[in-house]
Amino acid sequence: MIEDTAARDLLLRIEDLKVHFGSKSWIPGKAGKIVHAVDGVSFEVERGKTFGIVGESGSGKTTTALATVRLAPITAGRVFLDDLEVSALKGEALRLARKRFQIVFQDPFSSLNPRVRAGEIVREPLDLMEIGTEAERNGLAQELFAQVGLRPEQRALFPHQFSGGQRQRIGLARAIATRPELVVCDEPVSALDVAIQAQILNLLRRLQEELGLTYLFISHDLGVVQYICDEIAVMYLGQIVEQADRVSLFVRPQHPYTKALLSAVPSARPGKRAANSSQRIRLEGDPPSPINLPKGCRFAGRCPLAQARCHETPPELRVIERGHKVACHLV
Amino acid sequence: MTSTPRNEPLLRATNLCVEFETRDGTAQVLDEVSLELNAGETLGIVGESGCGKSMTALSIMRLIPSPPGEITAGEVRLAGEDLLPLDERRMRDIRGKDISMIFQEPMTSLNPVFTVGEQIAESLRLHEGASEKDAAARTVEILKSVGIPEPDIRAKSYPHQLSGGMRQRVMIAIAIACGPKLIIADEPTTALDVTVQAQIFDLLRDLNQRLQTAIILITHDMGTIAEMTDRVTVMYAGRVVEEGPVESILEASRHPYTQGLIACVPQLDPNPSAERPPLEEIPGVVPALTRLGKGCAFAPRCKHAFARCDEERPERMSIGEGHSAACWLLAEGRDA
Repeated sequence: MIEDTAARDLLLRIEDLKVHFGSKSWIPGKAGKIVHAVDGVSFEVERGKTFGIVGESGSGKTTTALATVRLAPITAGRVFLDDLEVSALKGEALRLARKRFQIVFQDPFSSLNPRVRAGEIVREPLDLMEIGTEAERNGLAQELFAQVGLRPEQRALFPHQFSGGQRQRIGLARAIATRPELVVCDEPVSALDVAIQAQILNLLRRLQEELGLTYLFISHDLGVVQYICDEIAVMYLGQIVEQADRVSLFVRPQHPYTKALLSAVPSARPGKRAANSSQRIRLEGDPPSPINLPKGCRFAGRCPLAQARCHETPPELRVIERGHKVACHLV
Repeated sequence: MTSTPRNEPLLRATNLCVEFETRDGTAQVLDEVSLELNAGETLGIVGESGCGKSMTALSIMRLIPSPPGEITAGEVRLAGEDLLPLDERRMRDIRGKDISMIFQEPMTSLNPVFTVGEQIAESLRLHEGASEKDAAARTVEILKSVGIPEPDIRAKSYPHQLSGGMRQRVMIAIAIACGPKLIIADEPTTALDVTVQAQIFDLLRDLNQRLQTAIILITHDMGTIAEMTDRVTVMYAGRVVEEGPVESILEASRHPYTQGLIACVPQLDPNPSAERPPLEEIPGVVPALTRLGKGCAFAPRCKHAFARCDEERPERMSIGEGHSAACWLLAEGRDA
């Protein structure tokens, strides 16, 4: 990352983040199994931009998001929000810092307390962070409702009285209540119907413009990521294999996994149908287990181009052109 | 099963109506749904949740939970035989043998306490009276044909020992065990990653081409529709609003709902432009099926709606070779 770091206004910096989950073995002296969910991830997000992480299930994208907002234990590495080292915060200092970074979850059903009225859900962050007076908070909650496209009188309703899309709007209102700088969106539209997805994506973009939000956007849907993100990282088995801006990644994908991922997406343009299907790069099998990792490139076992050295040494993520990084021996 | 009479499609559902009793009154879950499918054809059914896609599939299989649900009118003919009046025993012969179904979540549709081999063999023993030994041998063959490595070992695995993609292959293995004429796949790849989805699509396409198995594919994804189907039925609020060949639906759809479904999804563009206009939205949500008015059910969400749309329900009108849509704009000679 020798690039012009100084020129860019970086809000979020992740340095060599590792999140390992593990258990001690019950046999004394025997090593336990360790799941390398996130294994050495570094990236930076410019203020006001959207950084996307794509990958398949088990790639570690959600764990990266959770660790960023300190909802998953960080094994190693550092997370900076501006000059604040989020990864070093503890207790009350961490709680108060949460004002600056919030999260929107995937499932709009299980992420809202069914016994609490919608207005209370949105007001709660204001209460906890002691923003404004008691009276002002109600007014703020009302404004937040309008901002996400809900009617003020709907504050009296319970979550089950809303549709999936409306619930996700409540989740968003709650996330932006404390006027955070960073909002982590963990698959925010995956659980929604296609017609509702567009409503929420448009809302996310409008809020970003109005409030100058920075998003860390996690998704498995490449179409959505291409639409909403400025810069995108592709993760495979806990590591970033390719990272580029939204145009380069799709026009000039370099990593064989990225290419396979892109070609696996069905195209709704029927002209491309036959061509697409025959040009598809087919991947065999499933990703290896994050417990017993291969010693070389983690993708080598499924890679159609793998050579001997791919199985021996892991490739490093290196810059191949301005703003485009790839971890592959063959590029 | 008797052989298919000439000119009779493999499956023909005519004016199928299904009602559910709910606390808020009677919900018209399916309203005069008609569809046809020939041997070897792939039909996609697309629409948002609550539009009746899965209900159509369950009605064809006669698996509507009753009560509260009931098929109140219509006809379902499989190779000429009307399925609706059949008794449950005869219907059980047909399910799994002539029509099989693949569900969305392979983990909940497989039995966790039996090995996958036993679950495939069950179908062979029940429908074809195969001996235990014979069924076991054929099970391994079938697992091999759906692309499961080391099928003889995998046959002895329990569902939890397999990955999501493998489980869905097992579901497909169960579905094809008795060589059905028709497979109904209800969102078969929604729970899977895209690279695994591509593998499952290859497998279904191969079955379709090699064995002439007809497929009904239920999905909400237009990409899947483009990739996999020959013809498409678009459903909204329990009715078929547009029907036609896949090319016509994707490139020249005439119903505002279909157009909205296509436009609202950000399509992966191999050559994205720097500009990003806001996505096309379909405002609002699917209406409650207990309170449908007399007009077009889509009118409240439709940007083209005019007076007549609130007054009368449009019937499907033909607009070209096998292409029809139910929209008053067509009757008025206007275009959406």
